[in-house]
Amino acid sequence: MDAAPSVDTALQHVIDPEVCIRCNTCEETCPINAITHDSRNYVVKFDICKSCNACLPPCPTGAIDNWRRVAKSRPYTLEEQFSWDSLPLQGEVDAHIEAPLPEDVARITAIASAGHGGTATPPWSASHPYVNLYTAQNPVIATISGNLRLTAAGASSDIRHIVLDFGSTAFPVLEGQTLGIIPPGLDENGEPHHVRLYSVASPREGERPHYNNLALTVKRVNEDHEGNPVHGICSNYLCDLKKGDQVRVVGPYGVGFLMPNHPGSSLMMICTGTGSAPMRAMTERRRRRMALKEGGELMLFFGARRPEELPYFGPLMKLPKTFIDINLAFSRLPGQPKQYVQDLIRVRGDKVAVMLEDDDCYIYICGLKGMEGGVIEAFRDVCRAHGKDWDELRPALLAKSRFHIETY
Amino acid sequence: MTINYSEKIPNNVNLAGDKTLQRALEHWQPNFLHWWTDMGPEGSTNFEVYLRTAVSVEPDGWANFGYVKMPEYRWGIFLAPAEADRRVNFGEHKGEPAWQEVPGEHRANLRRIIVAQGDTEPASVEQQRHLGLTAPSLYDMRNLFQVNVEEGRHLWAMVYLLHRYFGRDGREEAEALLERRSGDADNPRILGAFNEKTPDWLSFYMFTYFTDRDGKYQLCALSESGFDPLSRTTRFMLTEEAHHMFVGESGVSRVIQRTCQAMKENDTNDPAKLRALGVIDLETIQRYLNFHFSVTIDLFGADQSSNAANFFSAGLKGRFEETKLSGDHVLKNDSYKILDLEGDKLVEKEVSALTSLNERLRDDYIRDSIAGIGRWNKVIEKHGVAFRLRAPHKAFNRKIGTFAGVRVSPDGHVLSEAEWTHQHRNWLPTEEDRAFVASLMGRVIESGKYAGWIAPPTVGINRQPANFEYVRFN
Repeated sequence: MDAAPSVDTALQHVIDPEVCIRCNTCEETCPINAITHDSRNYVVKFDICKSCNACLPPCPTGAIDNWRRVAKSRPYTLEEQFSWDSLPLQGEVDAHIEAPLPEDVARITAIASAGHGGTATPPWSASHPYVNLYTAQNPVIATISGNLRLTAAGASSDIRHIVLDFGSTAFPVLEGQTLGIIPPGLDENGEPHHVRLYSVASPREGERPHYNNLALTVKRVNEDHEGNPVHGICSNYLCDLKKGDQVRVVGPYGVGFLMPNHPGSSLMMICTGTGSAPMRAMTERRRRRMALKEGGELMLFFGARRPEELPYFGPLMKLPKTFIDINLAFSRLPGQPKQYVQDLIRVRGDKVAVMLEDDDCYIYICGLKGMEGGVIEAFRDVCRAHGKDWDELRPALLAKSRFHIETY
Repeated sequence: MTINYSEKIPNNVNLAGDKTLQRALEHWQPNFLHWWTDMGPEGSTNFEVYLRTAVSVEPDGWANFGYVKMPEYRWGIFLAPAEADRRVNFGEHKGEPAWQEVPGEHRANLRRIIVAQGDTEPASVEQQRHLGLTAPSLYDMRNLFQVNVEEGRHLWAMVYLLHRYFGRDGREEAEALLERRSGDADNPRILGAFNEKTPDWLSFYMFTYFTDRDGKYQLCALSESGFDPLSRTTRFMLTEEAHHMFVGESGVSRVIQRTCQAMKENDTNDPAKLRALGVIDLETIQRYLNFHFSVTIDLFGADQSSNAANFFSAGLKGRFEETKLSGDHVLKNDSYKILDLEGDKLVEKEVSALTSLNERLRDDYIRDSIAGIGRWNKVIEKHGVAFRLRAPHKAFNRKIGTFAGVRVSPDGHVLSEAEWTHQHRNWLPTEEDRAFVASLMGRVIESGKYAGWIAPPTVGINRQPANFEYVRFN
């Protein structure tokens, strides 16, 4: 990198004139007329393009999928782009290629993915993720466009659905990816706060399709896993944000915990609490594509203490049974025995066994570290009951990128 | 045979709710599959091909990639989203609401237009059916098959219009589309270029560059139509047509790149030496270009055409980018300059704009074609080679219109028959040229490997890596 990136940079969408065939498809597709052409080149208007990516899939050549980091005040002008015979290369910084993963992020990722022995490779049909476009030295500023409490007013936990808007700056994410938030101020040692990672809870085209936004599921942390009082710096900061507030964001991160795209692929999703965020993103992605009838099943195991503490409970219950097979486990229902996700996995053992064997089924586990062992034990039992050996199946699942764990 | 309509035929035309259309398609669909088995890509039935399938008209719905056996490809029926309050934008009905049903007085002409367009789609699949046997890579084989299945889908698009809007006549025409055969002496395809052979991959790239671009211009003109279903169908087809032109433009470009590399590595521009090195000399590429360019511009029809004038005045077929053009969009008082022959000189002549609409579309097409040739020349230039490719004069080698039968050189000089006989071997591919190109054709099926006469592509399909297995043989 030849220059230190500053907060004033942005990714500029550009078209490779050497690969482009001037077919006009992108200009035709763009919903906001951000693409134009002269007799030489097709070009993107920096001030209009919202990076909604609607033009990417229809492009027959791949020429459209190019980005250059530029100073916000000095993007390539239309005249410059019209004059290109090839994309400018020298002196350009492709941040997502050159910047190393921040130490904090690498550490958290290593812990989160320890469950399958390091980062898993993505499903073969997953889309290609952008990673690490923004670093702590060069974060993107997002604006809060919504902050909604998901849990009932009387519930002991405060879980929120927070929508971030990125304005005209590109922040492309896929379902299952995470981003980092840098809380303002300094910690007790006078150092800037560490980055906190949150899973994106909205599908790739945004919480509101074709707006440059995304959603997070954030739980206000007032106690640690053992129930001792503790004040979560970042979660309290996020949960208290109001519409219009600004927040520093880094990322996106995550190259393995991604969903398959091929028709007929199934998802088995196992989560607790805010571990539901990536599941919500994937489910929402599938829900929006329901009419395409691409096939494949969705099976969800979702655990919480009580229904009123289960994020997205209302919308989840409205989904058609033919679309998603929902299994809810509650551990604190008055007068009921405690039930955990692993119990339901055993109850649904027949179907789980079939899905474990199905090469088109991908399995995702997200939530507290504690659930991991229980779920694995349940898989082991289901396998045994169906004449299979989990210890043989597991390496095969990993080899086919069908088994994904993110726990914390 | 019953069809699960929403699963098997992705569509946005409410096929599940249209019993008449279902009955028509129930009859036609098996015949289509028979045609595909008989005349589609040879020996490919069991291949699993990494194909793009359109499942909706939304930006993220129409480019779904995955492995598909071609006979199981989900040929869908799609109209581009309706434009609210769309009008007839040209001709004598200008300003009236666009037609959602076929106006009685234009029925015969509209059917004729749709049949002519529809006939080209299966024709090109037939022309290309042997090419899979000599593909220079899995990547290219996949691109060929993608073009083939999408031509198949374009046939579906036209058949939908015939079935939905033209009753019994339409159904008969739809059957006839499956009965004509490219190059058949007794029952040929309607248009000349679609009865030519596509014997080798250089021809295929030239065909997809030049002839599929004719498709683009015809579809653009039809997308202006006052008959709204035709407009919406063709608008969606255009998004797919772009891939076909990409295959052509990048294919020729990669051939040129490989040749130029060989020229520099071996410091020669001698065609004989280059041929011995197993690459296609630029002179041969120029002759192929001349052939495909001239054969394709004939597709636009006679330079003076009362049919074209009628189609325009009736609001059936517009000009290229009609709605972006200024003027009255009626053209009654406008003129247009066309080329004419005076003695042995080519001269410009001012004639009625209405009767010159074929010529005008041809001119738009020629401009677009020449721009791409310019991009090929950039590749040559980049390698420091002095040769430049050129589009031949538009009067060169014509079989239709004013210049049919007139001998004109690629640089636009009218020639005597003797001069033509003496020189035409320098301008059009000879038997020897074709035999040489054919001698290079051999199938390469190892992932990531390419035949010696063509460079690898810059980017994979759907960003797949260089060694991606685009076709799995079973």
